[in-house]
Amino acid sequence: MTLSAEPSPQGGVRIFSALLASRTGQILSENRAWRMETALKPVMRANGVADMDELAAKLIAHRDGKLEEAVINALLNNESSFFRDLQIFDMLNRQILPSFHATRKDRVLRVWSAGCSTGQEAYSLAIQLRNDIASWRGWRIEILATDVSTAAIDQARSGVFTQMDVQRGLAVGDLIKWFEPVGDEWHASPELRRMIEFRTDNLFHPQAPSGHYDLLLCRNVLLYFTPEKRQEVLRLLARHSHAGSVLLLGAGETVIGHSEDFAPHPEFRGGYGRKPSEAVLEEKRSRWAV
Amino acid sequence: MKNCLVVDDSKVIRKVARHILESLDLSVSEAVDGQDALNQCEAAAPDVVLLDWNMPVMSGMEFLQALPTAKLSARPKVIFCTTENGISHIKAAVEAGADEYVMKPFDRETLESKLSIVGVI
Repeated sequence: MTLSAEPSPQGGVRIFSALLASRTGQILSENRAWRMETALKPVMRANGVADMDELAAKLIAHRDGKLEEAVINALLNNESSFFRDLQIFDMLNRQILPSFHATRKDRVLRVWSAGCSTGQEAYSLAIQLRNDIASWRGWRIEILATDVSTAAIDQARSGVFTQMDVQRGLAVGDLIKWFEPVGDEWHASPELRRMIEFRTDNLFHPQAPSGHYDLLLCRNVLLYFTPEKRQEVLRLLARHSHAGSVLLLGAGETVIGHSEDFAPHPEFRGGYGRKPSEAVLEEKRSRWAV
Repeated sequence: MKNCLVVDDSKVIRKVARHILESLDLSVSEAVDGQDALNQCEAAAPDVVLLDWNMPVMSGMEFLQALPTAKLSARPKVIFCTTENGISHIKAAVEAGADEYVMKPFDRETLESKLSIVGVI
């Protein structure tokens, strides 16, 4: 991104939008642009500037990487909650995880939570697996959770949540079992934290994912991207999936029209699986022909 | 439409809870203490009870302990909703049969989430 022009009236908004797009691929909706000033107030205070245009000018003049990071962290929407969309976790518990349990003969389960925000999704999955520890004994379970926000990943990795955080989606039984109250905060247990590898990573320049994942969670992420960027993310997810992988997106998000690689899953409603390759389709067609 | 009985000696809390619950398409009735709640449950059992802990006449915990022997058409789900935010209180409530626990202050999303967990919405 080139930051060259002096900010004009409303120029700050355009400059911050351009910075966010170039560093994260995200586009600001009208709604979020309206909230930009509120989101940036702590950054403005910390840097002793009066308004967004002055902040933009400082960003241009100093090319300060830390300031850029602070602006990006402030603009990213880190809204998340435990067991968000309960029916998805119910399907994971009743259908998808048992399916992997039945089919993965090597007893390895690999999960990637892409765009994990402050980690509630990854912790929710870890809780589900730990609550059924007898079934998963002897398995190697790898949960990779990535997000472009350094602030979100720092919080996720710490496992520290507010009272409000733990009341959204987390059943009281799981709160008692897996969290420890420390002052006004709730700390995730070491057992949960050990299960998850949190990494700051960019979906457009990925460093963290490796190999293929059985379960790919990329929920409420694509909605922030342009159609072209959505296609790019779905191609990345396809490269890190295999024929039996399951991809879960957020409510209102779809692969349809954005991906040649994924299709609605035949068994798991709302989930997506890899499209059969042309070779497999050809074999099926020839069998029917006979 | 499912019914929620809000049990709290604070008129303000009852009003706030009613506003949120009605926005979640629940019908709402109110009780000012545990005994009032028990009487109302015996007259017509609600689907869910949102229960304060500290109240005059009969506390939330006393209500919960009396519930198994009350003459009810069906046992309502019970969500404690209290300023007693210590882990010992939370564990005691769950052991006494509470289905969920809300630590005050609460907001719409918290109540919606807890009602969803107990299967009321």
